[in-house]
Amino acid sequence: MSGTSSSPGNEYQLPREHYINATYGIRSWLLTTDHKRIALLYLAVVTFFFFLGGIFAAMIRIHLLTPEGALVSPETYNKLFTMHGVAMIFFFLIPSIPAILGNFLIPIMIGAKDVAFPRLNLMSWYIYVIGGCFVLYSFFTGGLDTGWTFYTPLSSIYSNSAVTPAVLGIFINGFSSILTGVNFVVTIHTMRAPGMTWFRLPLFVWSHYATSLIFILGTPVVAITLLLAGVERMFHLGFFNPAMGGDPILFQHLFWFYSHPAVYIMILPAMGVISEIIPTFARRPIFGYSFVAASSIGIAVIGFLVWAHHLFVTGQATYSALAFSFLSYVVAIPSAVKVFNWTATLYKGSISYDTPMLYALGFLGLFTIGGLTGLFLACLGLDINLHDTYFVIAHFHYIMVGGAIMGYLGGLHFWWPKITGRLYPEFLARTAAIILFIGFNLTFFPQFLLGYLGMPRRYHNYPPEFQVLNVLSSAGASILAIGYLLPMVYFVWSMRYGRVAGPNPWPSTGLEWKTASPPPTENFHETPVVDWEPYDFVNRPDLGLAVKPAPHLAPAHGDD
Amino acid sequence: MHRTGDLFGQYQTLEQQKDSATLGMWLFLVTEILFFGGMFLTYTINRRAFPTAFGVGGNMLDLTLGTANTLVLIVSSFTMAMSVWTAQTARKKLVPVFLILTLILGCAFLGIKVIEYKQKFDHHLVPSLNFDISYRVNHPAPGDSPEEIAKEKKEIAEGLAADPDLNAHAQLYFSLYFGMTGLHALHMIVGVGLITWLLVKSLKGRFSATYNTPVEIIGLYWHFVDIVWIFLFPLLYLINRHLG
Repeated sequence: MSGTSSSPGNEYQLPREHYINATYGIRSWLLTTDHKRIALLYLAVVTFFFFLGGIFAAMIRIHLLTPEGALVSPETYNKLFTMHGVAMIFFFLIPSIPAILGNFLIPIMIGAKDVAFPRLNLMSWYIYVIGGCFVLYSFFTGGLDTGWTFYTPLSSIYSNSAVTPAVLGIFINGFSSILTGVNFVVTIHTMRAPGMTWFRLPLFVWSHYATSLIFILGTPVVAITLLLAGVERMFHLGFFNPAMGGDPILFQHLFWFYSHPAVYIMILPAMGVISEIIPTFARRPIFGYSFVAASSIGIAVIGFLVWAHHLFVTGQATYSALAFSFLSYVVAIPSAVKVFNWTATLYKGSISYDTPMLYALGFLGLFTIGGLTGLFLACLGLDINLHDTYFVIAHFHYIMVGGAIMGYLGGLHFWWPKITGRLYPEFLARTAAIILFIGFNLTFFPQFLLGYLGMPRRYHNYPPEFQVLNVLSSAGASILAIGYLLPMVYFVWSMRYGRVAGPNPWPSTGLEWKTASPPPTENFHETPVVDWEPYDFVNRPDLGLAVKPAPHLAPAHGDD
Repeated sequence: MHRTGDLFGQYQTLEQQKDSATLGMWLFLVTEILFFGGMFLTYTINRRAFPTAFGVGGNMLDLTLGTANTLVLIVSSFTMAMSVWTAQTARKKLVPVFLILTLILGCAFLGIKVIEYKQKFDHHLVPSLNFDISYRVNHPAPGDSPEEIAKEKKEIAEGLAADPDLNAHAQLYFSLYFGMTGLHALHMIVGVGLITWLLVKSLKGRFSATYNTPVEIIGLYWHFVDIVWIFLFPLLYLINRHLG
């Protein structure tokens, strides 16, 4: 089947039976063990939390239009940024790519019928929803004003907001992540099809393996930390209360021991998406496959060693701070390796600018800016000035929005035809991507300047000389919002009216593109046997690409 | 995915199924290590900060009951291992026997824990419930031996001399005592539930030489809960213990 992105047209029909129409009724969805249906269950709830977090963000940016604050009281403002953070981090960013795209794709990419533990997979979704309910209860019965970081003793003693249900909700939600991580690691180890060796795995799978290592090792620590803080609040215990001999900084160490690796949970899956998109739309194998794979593991490991860079201003010992600063520079290296390899993949490629590629290119630039500004913060002297300013906010939004969300949207667009069997409207999608890119930069670039000039974060007001930059940022946010709303509209539209995509519209090389769109419930009608190297565009006549004959792609790693 | 015989539908072979279940349980146990680890770290940091209070608090724990619990758990790990062995060697009739023994020992552990907790409650050693480290020595019960009370009184006096905030710091100790042993007890209750489920299945003859993975992996879980106690017992009961 030849196919550039614009040609399929009326050649294809949807398969008669696939995972969406195989069984009917709400019970067949709520009691499903099909990883593909579970992915869609996650998509629904994750999108809801994205909306919720977005509404809080909109209220923040409206409030900050004027120096005295235009919308809410100072107490309410504290609740807005806290709930924005909690909703976005724990209920949107962390689950988004792994629970939706990871769940949907990993079994198909490795040639399996499902994950290793399908019922556990469904239970992970229910745990996520139950955790979400507790947090929503907290939001609607007084809100939360401690910051998403729950620093003690504000969270454990002095806050008058609904801390306990929120902490409980996040605790419960953590088990959703942990079980998903266990499921992915076991699946990748034991469920690979014949011939699918470790170094023939798509890099998307490697990145999710690394992410799952962090899920497994890091999440339990935040679970026990939040449990301790909640119990302290309920029973007035004293671990984090100086008046009773406790230490608030202990909370910060315990909290950041997870929450720093958590940011790698948020970015590694997006990097995996980019590693799939760029080779496809440059029609070239990824440059340095084994380096990209190893760098994912490297990021996961080194990411556990840098947490105290969030505590530079707490009065920690100088040599300790030096060690963490040094390690924070080191952790940037594997990320840089990836950026170089993606760029090298583009070199002399045959590049097409379909929507997923626009998101991937956007990721490349914005993640680089976000990552480099992280190095500014890793520098001890600079961090004294920049800590708790808008510079930090701009840094992490460049990575989490300019990086992770662009990866998420790029991945949604890239695999949308596989998930639904239909293509989204390309022109509208490219327009939305560009609107998003412009809106994003207009929103967050001024925040680097604001931070450098000294505007503190988490303040409901600011000195009048910062107003111009704040207004620019809020204006950008309105454009960003349009960039997010458009896909929601046209994705829904496409499910009914989109052009039928066929099995491999791009075309791309992974196993997932060898099965129907949408796939049958058991993913493949026959277990595939893999005897080709990943991202090999040359030796795949079935893709219908006009390529010169070339020697077989060397295996990425020896003869295994 | 549906099950045909012993094989669940997502797997190709029984060996793949067994490997997956075993790896899954080991990974879950790793998460449990990190989970308990947070409290062990908090304990370590607090012990270093308040050695006197932790010493006084530790000596208020009942060493006899703690030792009994340790022995009970170690034997229960043995009976659990026996149930795994009988399942693997197709001694179908013996599997429920060893599971029942393990259950009895597990419940004995929990029962002893209840007695210990009640003791602490009676002595006002439960944090946030009128915690008072000197309550027992000031209100001795009829059954308490005078030498014991005198010893404890002396210890508290010496502790107060070294650390005027002894009560607050001892409350931290007991918060950790209840937190760590409580979390452990919760895991034991879950374990008791899992073993009961295994018992029901084994009475129906579910496990055979080719299919006994649930017994094995729940055995792993039980052994892990045992190991956590092996760490808890010396940390809480034995450090700075005055035996004389």
